[in-house]
Amino acid sequence: MEAFQNLGFWGTLLVTIVLSALPLVFVLLYALVTIYLEMKVAAHVQDRVAYMRTGWHGVLQPIADFIKLIQKEDIISVAANKKLFILAPYIVFMGTYGAYAAIPFSSIFIGANIDLGAFFIIGISSLVVVGILMAGWASNNKWSIFGAVRSAAQMISYEIPTALAVLIAVMITGSLNLQEVTKFQAGGIQNWLIFGGPLPLLQKILITPFTLITFLILFVASLAEVNRTPFDLPEAESELVQGFFTEYSGMRWALFYVAEYANMFLVAGVAVALFLGGWESPFGSFLSGPIWGLFWFIIKGMVLVFLQIWLRWTLPRLRVDQLMYTSWKVLTPFLFVCIIAIGLILVL
Amino acid sequence: MSETKTLPTEYVSHPGEIKSSLGHTVRTDEMIINMGPQHPSTHGVLRLEIVVDGEIIVDVIPHIGYLHRCFEKHAEHMTNYQQVIPYCDRLDYCAAINEEHSYVLAVERMLKIEVPERVEYIRVIMAELQRIASHLIAVGTFGIDAGAFTPFLYAFHDRELILSLFEMTCGARLLYNYFWIGGLSHDLPPQFVDKAKEFCTYFKPRIKEFNDLLTYNEIFVKRTANVGVLPQDVAINFACSGPMLRGSGVNWDLRRDDPYSVYHKIEWEPKIGKGEMGTVGDVWDRHIVRMREMEESVKIIEQALAALPAGNVQAAIPKRIRPDAGEIYARTETPRGELGFYIISDGSGTPYRVKGRAPAFVNLSVLPEISRGGMIADLVLIAGSVDIVLGQVDR
Amino acid sequence: MTAQEIHDSLKAKFGDAVLDAKLDVMQPWLSIAPDRMKDIAFFLRDDPSMQFDYMMCLSGVDYNDGRLGIVYHLFSMVHRHKIVLKAFCTKENPHVRSVSSVWGTANWHEREVFDMYGITIDEHPDLRRLLMPDDWEGHPLRKDYKVPEFYNGMKVPY
Repeated sequence: MEAFQNLGFWGTLLVTIVLSALPLVFVLLYALVTIYLEMKVAAHVQDRVAYMRTGWHGVLQPIADFIKLIQKEDIISVAANKKLFILAPYIVFMGTYGAYAAIPFSSIFIGANIDLGAFFIIGISSLVVVGILMAGWASNNKWSIFGAVRSAAQMISYEIPTALAVLIAVMITGSLNLQEVTKFQAGGIQNWLIFGGPLPLLQKILITPFTLITFLILFVASLAEVNRTPFDLPEAESELVQGFFTEYSGMRWALFYVAEYANMFLVAGVAVALFLGGWESPFGSFLSGPIWGLFWFIIKGMVLVFLQIWLRWTLPRLRVDQLMYTSWKVLTPFLFVCIIAIGLILVL
Repeated sequence: MSETKTLPTEYVSHPGEIKSSLGHTVRTDEMIINMGPQHPSTHGVLRLEIVVDGEIIVDVIPHIGYLHRCFEKHAEHMTNYQQVIPYCDRLDYCAAINEEHSYVLAVERMLKIEVPERVEYIRVIMAELQRIASHLIAVGTFGIDAGAFTPFLYAFHDRELILSLFEMTCGARLLYNYFWIGGLSHDLPPQFVDKAKEFCTYFKPRIKEFNDLLTYNEIFVKRTANVGVLPQDVAINFACSGPMLRGSGVNWDLRRDDPYSVYHKIEWEPKIGKGEMGTVGDVWDRHIVRMREMEESVKIIEQALAALPAGNVQAAIPKRIRPDAGEIYARTETPRGELGFYIISDGSGTPYRVKGRAPAFVNLSVLPEISRGGMIADLVLIAGSVDIVLGQVDR
Repeated sequence: MTAQEIHDSLKAKFGDAVLDAKLDVMQPWLSIAPDRMKDIAFFLRDDPSMQFDYMMCLSGVDYNDGRLGIVYHLFSMVHRHKIVLKAFCTKENPHVRSVSSVWGTANWHEREVFDMYGITIDEHPDLRRLLMPDDWEGHPLRKDYKVPEFYNGMKVPY
């Protein structure tokens, strides 16, 4: 970013547009890949093979699906609140996509290198709740309302553990800027925050169990943030039909879908940047550099996304009260313990 | 359709008022929501009218009849007794063999026919294979109700193998018309016994795998234990049967307690719910009863295959079926419970009256009793654990 | 308990409420006055020597001679004995007292009988049609039932 400082107004504008569109290209490509991945993983988990006919092993199927969705009739039910109904998917997507601004893809590429990066991501991704509530309300369907209310309750509850886990990373690194956090973890896999970061040996040994737990909790909480199994209550098919997007079809539905997948990578990206060394190479200076950084970041993120998919096709779903119980009585207290312990270790 | 009378008398709405933080008064009341007839978890076209207070269920009113196909009227208008059998198949399309068994048994008892030993053994083998197939659907879809999709496909994979055995025997995969009054439509094909034995050896470890994947999964246990508890006395009062009754801890199985066919010559035991994970009679108990019954069925099949005598399967088929005037109620244990046929004969070649006592119908009627006070997510599981087949409920 | 003993004790207790009996057939049955059905049902369920706690089946029948009937198949899980009760009524005055407060399962069965045979079940908590649509006319399983030409403008016979 610093390289583009003296370009004048039009130059800056152009650079801004290009830079802000780059993650969009990434998100769309990534969504296609992940939809394919999800179907294939699901199929192999279930003893099937999934798409085999469109292209080699069905690789073109997501594109075919996309084309089909574009062609679909745009249905808005008569009793729906039309304005909110149309607006909702965009808000959901904006909330997700806005957060990509602060995701450090590589040492030279981050949408906006702001000092409050982690905080910004937590804040802007809460916008998704507004969109989901809007969708549920505007659909004028009782199942949608159920889904929306569940979703709002769930996301707000799970933001507490997420924020606390982020706080722990910030306590150790001393920065909210995700680039700084990533750079803090330079020097190979042993310096990642999940293994205590580059601290003196004694501190590192003491702190590692707590950071490990924190990472696990962050991962679990992030599953709930993106409404994935076992926390997929807002769109629980067997209970709420399709939850808040029951009434949506065609491209609007696809937008929710893309937003969901984008959200999956977003939370994976945050976890990677905070705890798994971001774009840093796991081998210290070997295979490092801006391009390799991009590669490492995406690979690490995709591993977490794969984990999310794997869990989805293995686990049953929790009930609403159990979901709340997990957040407030299990994850949050554990994180409080971690915060106190890590705080004490750090002043050691 | 006018639905003005749909709320039964005991349900009273509870309107109330609360003050919001801004000083407005907000009126509150329960919400009435329709689950079905087109809903992913009603296993067909069942409509549940639910009265909810938030997520808590205040009352459930089932509405059935969307799949009513006039089975009883049809049966009265057939030209002979044999023609009713295909209609019996369609009562419970997941366990067609068991439905045939019950009807055939009733007519044979009216005619006082002695069926050859080989036929009885083949019937037991087929009925137990069908029981496994039906329970696989039940536990598989139950997994879907709980949010786990994968076990469903595991179950269906194994069910396909059973259906292939059926196809080999009588050419049909779902609705067989295989049991005839006094005999069977075909003898077993020569390679059947080996294939069935092969299936039994293959299937036993699969049950364990399924249990590891779903039954003992921590989340699944948390979801199902202590949910939808059906106490013994309520179960008997509502005449529940099958895994529903055994799940509540009642040691009762018609195959043992009101014996028919050759079940009394085979060693096996009914499985009952013991409340291992929570209360006796909860949803988990019903699920585990089904899982364990499959193991028992494999045992029965293995013994029956070993003891299979030779003989002509069509020797006892009567030339004309014309029972004496009279009536009979015969019942068998199907995967869903006690299926009875009450047949009245007026001495002519067609049944005067056929009433099917469908276990799914009776078991479903207890649903409101066990789901009040639970959550919507629980209701889905309770309905799943009742294991309804709407074809049988609506007949 | 044999059917004969059940018949005798019912006769002793309720006298003329037991109208008729046929005990020499495969499944012996007793005919009960329809308005006394409920009292007898309570007795059969609660008396320690009877304990008919399990109602296997409840079916309506049209005998095509001006009579309609409800047939109750009872079973005792404790004593493992069975009995069949029948309550007859006329087509002109089809009334039978409900037993759904005795056996919970009777609730839906009785609704079905009402739906299919038009027998009014007195004291039933929720007597609505069960399988047929609420605005259907006639009772399909009666022997003199004529299929209507149209239902809500839709042609019925196919």
